[in-house]
Amino acid sequence: MTQLPPLQMDDLPPELTPDLIESTGGAPPRSQGRLFLRRFLHHRVAVAAATVLLLLFASAIFAPLLAPESLSTSITAESILNQNKPPSAEHWFGTDEIGRDQFTRILFAGRVSLSLGLSVALLSTVLGTLIGALAGYFGGVVDQVLMRFTDLWLVIPSIVVLALAQKRFGGRPVTIVFILSFLFWQSIARVVRGLFLSLKEKEYVEAARASGASSLRVMFRHMLPNIVGPILVNATLVVGTAIVTESTLSFLAFGIRPPDVSWGTMLFDAKSAVGNSNAYLIYFPGLALLLTVLAVNFLGDGLRDAFDPQSQKH
Amino acid sequence: MLAFVIRRIALSIPVLLVASVVVFVGVSATSDPTARLRFSRDPGVIRAETERLGLDKPVTTRYVKWLSSFSKGEWGQSFVDREAVTKKIRRSLWTTLQLVFFGVTISALIAIAVGIYSATRQYSLGDVVFTGASFVGLSMPPFWFGLIMIDLVTFKLPRAMGWDSTPLYSIGLHSSGQSGFNLDYLRHLALPVATLAVQIIASWSRYQRSSMLDVMGSDYIRTAKAKGLSRWRVVLKHGLRNALIPLVTIMAVDIGLLFAGLVVTEQIFALPGMGRVFIRALENGDTNVMLPWLMVTAAFVIAFNLLADVLYGLLDPRIRLA
Repeated sequence: MTQLPPLQMDDLPPELTPDLIESTGGAPPRSQGRLFLRRFLHHRVAVAAATVLLLLFASAIFAPLLAPESLSTSITAESILNQNKPPSAEHWFGTDEIGRDQFTRILFAGRVSLSLGLSVALLSTVLGTLIGALAGYFGGVVDQVLMRFTDLWLVIPSIVVLALAQKRFGGRPVTIVFILSFLFWQSIARVVRGLFLSLKEKEYVEAARASGASSLRVMFRHMLPNIVGPILVNATLVVGTAIVTESTLSFLAFGIRPPDVSWGTMLFDAKSAVGNSNAYLIYFPGLALLLTVLAVNFLGDGLRDAFDPQSQKH
Repeated sequence: MLAFVIRRIALSIPVLLVASVVVFVGVSATSDPTARLRFSRDPGVIRAETERLGLDKPVTTRYVKWLSSFSKGEWGQSFVDREAVTKKIRRSLWTTLQLVFFGVTISALIAIAVGIYSATRQYSLGDVVFTGASFVGLSMPPFWFGLIMIDLVTFKLPRAMGWDSTPLYSIGLHSSGQSGFNLDYLRHLALPVATLAVQIIASWSRYQRSSMLDVMGSDYIRTAKAKGLSRWRVVLKHGLRNALIPLVTIMAVDIGLLFAGLVVTEQIFALPGMGRVFIRALENGDTNVMLPWLMVTAAFVIAFNLLADVLYGLLDPRIRLA
């Protein structure tokens, strides 16, 4: 038999912690938001992940101030002398075959990769939520079209769609944001559709309808606030998936193209460094990417637990 | 059951048709199969090639022509190297099939073992380590892991140890002059299989852990324990057999996606599989290769999705297919 560890205060659900139990006598009841915040702060890994993400975003925003060099592509006499310098105090992440400081490039590439992840998440979530809500609430044509779309993307591998779209519309970061959002809204729409389908039958929705609220009001004032949690968790995970997908596409030359630089294009440029003395060129952009996506995924995990205390049992 | 399978296959035909139209139009609009002849001195060459491939005709005419010969089993030849498309696809499918077979077998064994361990020792040090590792596996672009493995195992390790040759290769499936199932083959296969397995193991072990936890908390497990069965018997016979049901269906769906999903792995390790065929066809606007490629990979997706549903019905008597 396995022995149960002694019960500790930390193991109790936040609703039962002493100050909360006390708070029922006298103190005003806590709002949903406060409870959510407490549960989230309880999740130590998620808090660490959020901190890491904040630092990463700060470094991207202040890249021009932090970077030792500017992101110019011009080749100077000095840069020629600086070819393939391994990591040192002067060049933290070394230099590439034309003498560009890699730390500088990773900072600036982070701007593109991070803003791409955020924009794709935002765009696809807004679009997916709108369409998913319409499909789940009204059914009918929107629902049919959404479901047929799903069948289609099951059959056409996403890389085919992405590569074709990139060849047609080009490899600027903004274009890639639209292409990725076009692919990702559908998974969010399916999630939202499912949630709306099950919420539609709830009594409070019926009550709102009976009291004469318009369909739009029922959908966005009464139903949507109840599924903000799952939507937000999904949006968080899209940030990570978008960054990884972009890097994969760029690595295959189907993504962002020079002169724009992302972590994916840096890996594409460094392909030939594998096995050579300048192999550090593949390590640093990949580690930056891994750190970001890992933090995003841990954050998503923490948000899920905070929104839905039920899911914490696993 | 048979009626269910037949109906599902029939329903997938219109989806396949729409998919082929989308891809045909997409590939025709984005690539020019005569581009590689642009530097020819003779202006007649491009005109002759355009006529040979029928590119002077409208897209609709070309699509209908392609569809009618495709349905008759005449898949034509590649625009680029004029190899018969059936031969090209069969050859590259065989390469991909080897990767999928070894990758899936190894991933399944490891993921199930990790899942059982993590579920029976929830929150132990091992469980925490495996959970962390699976997060890393899911957050990492697989191609980057592949590059790192090549750098470390193929190059850095032999240099550090002073070996004359590398323990594992990073190009192709055989050394020149070698063939068949031998040590040389395994030394080629190890890195690409590891690269494709990392993400799969990370995802499957998470499913296995949570499904195992669900099962181990149920009443019949308590009954099995209470009647004095050994711990192993409870975990493997009563627990694992039921916990595998959801995992098996997820596995089937994932395997179907792998046939078109190994593009980067095959690209990094220079393996002439389905992924490389796709990239070459896309770069050259080779619709003759691209569309049968799409049909074959789509057939795998549809077949394995169907298999998932059928398996679910067979394994779980509560589910009835209709």
